[in-house]
Amino acid sequence: MDKNRLQRQLDMKRSLIDQGYLDEQFIQLEELQDEDSPNFVEDMVTMFYNNSARLLENIEQALVTGPIDFPKLDDYMHQFKGSSSSIGATRVKNECTRFLEHCTAGNAEGCVRTFLRVKQEHAILRTKLETYFQLARQAGSSASGGAKAR
Amino acid sequence: MSFSAPSMENGFSSPRNESFPAGLRVLVVDDDPTWLKILEKMLKKCSYEVTTCGLAREALKLLRERKDGYDIVISDVNMPDMDGFKLLEHVGLEMDLPVLMMSVDGETSRVMKGVQHGACDYLLKPIRMKELRNIWQHVFRKKIHEIRDIESHDSYDGIQISRNGSELSDDGHMFCGEDLAYVKKRKDFENKHDDIGDHSSTKKHRVVWSVDLHQKFVKAVNQIGFDSKYEVGPKKILDLMNVPWLTRENVASHLQKYRLYLSRLQKENDLKASLGGIKLSDLPSKDPAGSFGLQSSINGNQNDVPNGRYQFSGDNFFAQDVDSKNHEGDLKRVVSETKRTLTADLPDPQDMRTQMSFDHSFGSLDSEVNFAAIPAPYSWSKAPENQFKEEHKPLLQLEDGFSQLPPSGIHNHIQIDDPLQSASSITSGLSMTGREICGPEKIKPLYPQYSSNHMSILSPKESAFDSFPVQSKSQMVKHQSFEPISTAISSMKPQGFNLSCITDFESCQRNLISATDSTFEPFNEDLTVCWLEGDCHSMNFGLPNVEFTDYIDPGFIAEFPIYLCDTLTSDTECPFDPPEYSIVDQGLFLS
Repeated sequence: MDKNRLQRQLDMKRSLIDQGYLDEQFIQLEELQDEDSPNFVEDMVTMFYNNSARLLENIEQALVTGPIDFPKLDDYMHQFKGSSSSIGATRVKNECTRFLEHCTAGNAEGCVRTFLRVKQEHAILRTKLETYFQLARQAGSSASGGAKAR
Repeated sequence: MSFSAPSMENGFSSPRNESFPAGLRVLVVDDDPTWLKILEKMLKKCSYEVTTCGLAREALKLLRERKDGYDIVISDVNMPDMDGFKLLEHVGLEMDLPVLMMSVDGETSRVMKGVQHGACDYLLKPIRMKELRNIWQHVFRKKIHEIRDIESHDSYDGIQISRNGSELSDDGHMFCGEDLAYVKKRKDFENKHDDIGDHSSTKKHRVVWSVDLHQKFVKAVNQIGFDSKYEVGPKKILDLMNVPWLTRENVASHLQKYRLYLSRLQKENDLKASLGGIKLSDLPSKDPAGSFGLQSSINGNQNDVPNGRYQFSGDNFFAQDVDSKNHEGDLKRVVSETKRTLTADLPDPQDMRTQMSFDHSFGSLDSEVNFAAIPAPYSWSKAPENQFKEEHKPLLQLEDGFSQLPPSGIHNHIQIDDPLQSASSITSGLSMTGREICGPEKIKPLYPQYSSNHMSILSPKESAFDSFPVQSKSQMVKHQSFEPISTAISSMKPQGFNLSCITDFESCQRNLISATDSTFEPFNEDLTVCWLEGDCHSMNFGLPNVEFTDYIDPGFIAEFPIYLCDTLTSDTECPFDPPEYSIVDQGLFLS
């Protein structure tokens, strides 16, 4: 195990949390990681991104297609928000909340605007997490979860 | 912590109880694959046995297939194929399992909705491990309540309700699958956890409302007149009952429960109305003719299944209207409702009266059987449980094929969320009623097909039997203290609900209605009170697998939950042994 690399991984994690990209849930995922599922966190993140692409697509379609169906949008976004909460994607979640506010208010423009923000945060986080997992791998499998090393 | 094995036996079908809560069988339903995996991992870490499901329909299917296969359900609110709340209702009605809702949305209104639909808890995503670690408490609580209810109503040790109406004890008691020892153990168990208990109606100073006692109670109530429910007061009832050692306070609390029962039935009716139509597939309607099933079953004649089964599974009793097949959905809902609303307290008689009008709730049945005891508007919606009004027109209007036995009624007593609990109580009650119900032969099992689950028929606890002249079918109706058989199909296997009973039910209803009155007309028609009897399991605590046995007790006995039992072959008297009855009572009233 490369101590430096481990340290880098931990530092990055700390930074992601401090900046609000990730929250407690992410830590919890790490704690769930064990011998049975050594790559649990990364697996979950991957699963999230795979699934969320579809959800975002649904939202986008609902936004661009004909008159906006706000209740439906609300449903879709709730689904997406719920999904984001699974990996602790805080910033993404927050943007979702803003979107939902506009949605409830029936504000189409606000929805479109906040939706773009949601997509943006979603993409930014993905990049960061990719880097993070790379560091984790480099730091050695035992430290990849970082469960012990908070 | 571990439950004493015997007592939990019924509740949990596996021996894992020994190391409870480890091995708790959890069914997780969530359309989000990520969450599903995460929850699975978390629950496994808690040493629970996890089954995941991405679709609500699939989940229901799993639950129905393995009635007793799960202890608790955790479901997301937002799901594409079915509204989480709807699933919640179904589960509550059919299986009487504790259900936890999850959502990323913690808005008060949503949470409230969840609770209204019967959720035991509402978890906010992201869900923490520690929250999941504690979910066993919901299962435990149900069991406790169940036991308590049984205890409270079980004035007779060894009340046994035979699950399949099979054997009767010497004195004609119906014995359920559990044996006396079991019952005793349960009692012990409950006693031990008495303090944990809580709102169960068995409280310290409780009077054991034996079948006889309850019958007297119902009789008194009926004498005062169902219609004058508003004036029915404990004092008056007490006077009429002429039981020297009984206090006004005892009667008052018992009355309250009775009312709750009735109102709950009503609520369920309402629910039912909104639900599709529950299919009581297994309603056992063996003997539609007038046998209020109960009797025969009680008598232990080996049952005609319908009769025999009084087992109430917790909340599963339903007064099913045979005719209302389509009320399956409603029934289910009702069941869940009743289950949920099962509270020990019976609302005011007034409420009951109004509530009992199952008519409303069950739109479908034309001939709404009015449970005498049932307050007029019986809405399945969480109406207070006391729908079961004893005075009642015993026949609960089985709307939608719900025998109005207000499942809630039974539940009321039980105060359990667990339908099983009520079922058990109902079972006892049923036995009693069986006796009474014997009379009318028309009573057809409401749900002939209802085989699987027991319906807990709210039978007033005790004494109900006395008031029922079992012998002839015609007599049966007399009492009509029919405690609305709650069609709580709580444990009913959804698939099993065929409301074939409903058809009978309707006729029963008619009968009931006519019978209602204090005069207790004999039921000529089949009482559609169907009770879905579950197997004795229902007695177990919160068994998910409450099955509705197929007996349907048409008898509406004022005090007894009306269950349309086809097995009720009226001709014979169904001697209700108190023990059996008390179980029923338990279901109904927790004195």
